[in-house]
Amino acid sequence: MAAVQETVDQVKAIDVDQYKYGFSTELEVDKAPLGLNEDIVRLISAKKGEPEWMLEWRLDAYRRWLTMREPTWARVTYPMIDFNDIYYYAAPKMNAAPQTLDEVDPAILETYKKLGIPLREQEILAGVQTSKVAVDAVFDSVSVVTTFKAELAKAGVIFCSISEALKEHPELVRKYLGTVVPVTDNFYATLNAAVFTDGSFVYIPKGVRCPMELSTYFRINERNTGQFERTLIIAEEGSYVSYLEGCTAPQRDENQLHAAVVELITMDDAEIKYSTVQNWYPGDKDGKGGIYNFVTKRGDCRGKNSKISWTQVETGSAITWKYPSCILRGDGSRGEFYSIAVSNGMQQVDSGTKMIHLGKNTTSRIISKGISAGRSQNTYRGQVSAHRKATNMRNFTNCDSLLIGDQCGAHTVPYMECNNATAVFEHEATTSKISEDQLFYCQQRGLNPEEATALIVNGFVKDVLQQLPMEFAVEAQKLISISLEGSVG
Amino acid sequence: MLEIRNLHVSIEDKKILNGLTLTVHDGEVAAIMGPNGSGKSTLSYVIAGKPDYEVLDGEILLDGQNVLELEAHERAAAGLFLAFQYPLEIPGVATMSFLKAAMNSQRKIRGEDEMATADFMKAVRGAADSLGIPQDMLRRGLNVGFSGGEKKRMEILQMALLAPNFCILDETDSGLDIDALKVVSEGVNALRDPKRAFLVITHYQRLLNYIVPDTVHVMAHGQVVKSGGKELALELEATGYADYKTLAA
Ligand SMILES: Nc1ncnc2c1ncn2[C@@H]1O[C@H](COP(=O)(O)OP(=O)(O)OP(=O)(O)O)[C@@H](O)[C@H]1O
Ligand SMILES: [Mg+2]
Repeated sequence: MAAVQETVDQVKAIDVDQYKYGFSTELEVDKAPLGLNEDIVRLISAKKGEPEWMLEWRLDAYRRWLTMREPTWARVTYPMIDFNDIYYYAAPKMNAAPQTLDEVDPAILETYKKLGIPLREQEILAGVQTSKVAVDAVFDSVSVVTTFKAELAKAGVIFCSISEALKEHPELVRKYLGTVVPVTDNFYATLNAAVFTDGSFVYIPKGVRCPMELSTYFRINERNTGQFERTLIIAEEGSYVSYLEGCTAPQRDENQLHAAVVELITMDDAEIKYSTVQNWYPGDKDGKGGIYNFVTKRGDCRGKNSKISWTQVETGSAITWKYPSCILRGDGSRGEFYSIAVSNGMQQVDSGTKMIHLGKNTTSRIISKGISAGRSQNTYRGQVSAHRKATNMRNFTNCDSLLIGDQCGAHTVPYMECNNATAVFEHEATTSKISEDQLFYCQQRGLNPEEATALIVNGFVKDVLQQLPMEFAVEAQKLISISLEGSVG
Repeated sequence: MLEIRNLHVSIEDKKILNGLTLTVHDGEVAAIMGPNGSGKSTLSYVIAGKPDYEVLDGEILLDGQNVLELEAHERAAAGLFLAFQYPLEIPGVATMSFLKAAMNSQRKIRGEDEMATADFMKAVRGAADSLGIPQDMLRRGLNVGFSGGEKKRMEILQMALLAPNFCILDETDSGLDIDALKVVSEGVNALRDPKRAFLVITHYQRLLNYIVPDTVHVMAHGQVVKSGGKELALELEATGYADYKTLAA
């Protein structure tokens, strides 16, 4: 396990309390006035040069949002959010939308370089990067640049920012937007519908296997700015795509809101594999600052024998409220959810999934690994339901919690709903602690306590890490160790 | 050389070791025998640096160095190895990966370079073969689902790879069938070296037919109450511990 060694080196290289991605970038920005009202919604829509129907859609969402309340059922606590004390639009100043990398502000490119994102196609092509990954980078409210577009176009794949998609492929966006996560799905999704500023759009035509990994990196830079991105991925019949999203934010004393919506749609025999490595700033060790990550992610297996697989590695954010789900509509469709959620310090995680079995012979698999350290609280919340027509549906759920220290909490809240007598549910859950004896055993063989913890944790999350594309698995492994830094000894 | 002088140890306010004194020279194999609960495992844990034990008095020197000042992993890197009476399981961590991590961590503490992967694999395979450990076990989670005897063999495999200069074997023979006992003993004997010493904790004289000790010490009530040559083990086999229990009290 060379990665273990790398993990350990990485941990050592970083100060406790030092969030590696905590720097901010000085840029000239174009910002909307503070707060939220119809004019702000209009301004966002105008900035994006959107069609009229899109503005109407947003305004409708905004008006509905005004009548809604924040959900309170999750096991998280935080002070009331003042939604009028947030900037809803911030964009690095640019003359026009950049067409090539050379038109992008070098400060932004420098930021992405610091984050280790392979934006420069030239470098990638020169073999600096071992594998090809097409990247869409979203900086605060706007997509800065999408790489490899030409090559993807050859395969018929559309991969661009959602703003661009609204201009270039409005009919596609209009057809699918809000069909998986309805405008009024929940408080944050509705807010997102009103004010989303950018995000990625992916369209894989019939029978096409996307020739490379697609990836989006989200970065919140500006102070007091909310990030509301919207991602829409459509996989037509018999197509396949693997998509990865990564997120970071500077270290700020105040909390920042991130309320994204992701919608996935698979037609007959199509497959989407969606992986997330979420590393928003988690706040300091006393719980000051950090991102509120209130995200709605849902996939709709519309076609028969289609498949949607969510893999998430959640290490950041002060609060995570996130349930990537699958609607298993097509007969024989399959949903998967693989999750590693790490919480340390004062972090609060309430995450899990919903598998809604509507079609016949649908199957789902849930593997959740929660690791809690420090004074954090980590909840797995999952729902599996078998609809009346979901004959022969099967679900397998395994959720394991690992506790490090004795001041943290792990909670498992599974809901099951069965309306079909042929449905089969399997559920396993364990809670364990890294025992002093295990640590001593490792230490007796020469590993220091930090290395020993990293090793035991790596063993614990192995089943899920294996689901990630190779290059991201290594990165995720490092992140997990860094997040647990200072939790032993 | 390991020197233990007047060692007093307690755990959770319970006194376990009561002024234990013991010296094991380089190249020596010292056996420790004694009734259940006399403090044998406690002694091995204290030497290896397990937290929670309170050393009230006394010292432990390894080649003249005070090991009580070192953390457990530093003691390991200094050449101390404990084959556990009850080896721990580490789920999800392949045995091979664990061995490599342990090996490289020790080398790093000693300021040595990492071992090349090819050399490492070769060393592991060789050691596994000689201990009758099948290759596929090296891919399984460390000790997970291993039988009692397999776990003990794995301890010896680790010992062989890490090449420590002071080895403590805590009841390595218990749980081994007769053939395994031979294999493991041969493994230990192969490691005997003028520069390497062993402390072998056992309840059975039978093991000492295979690993022939230079000295035998009897422990009772947290002290060494009698020392002698290998014939002492035979004597104990015949008489039991009754005399020693009263002797120390
Ligand atoms: N954590 C603890 N708290 C209290 N007492 C303990 C603790 N650990 C060990 N002891 C006690 O210390 C004494 C010595 O235990 P130890 O395991 O060292 O004995 P041993 O000689 O190895 O016995 P055996 O031959 O059965 O392996 C026992 O009475 C045991 O109950
Ligand atoms: Mg014992």
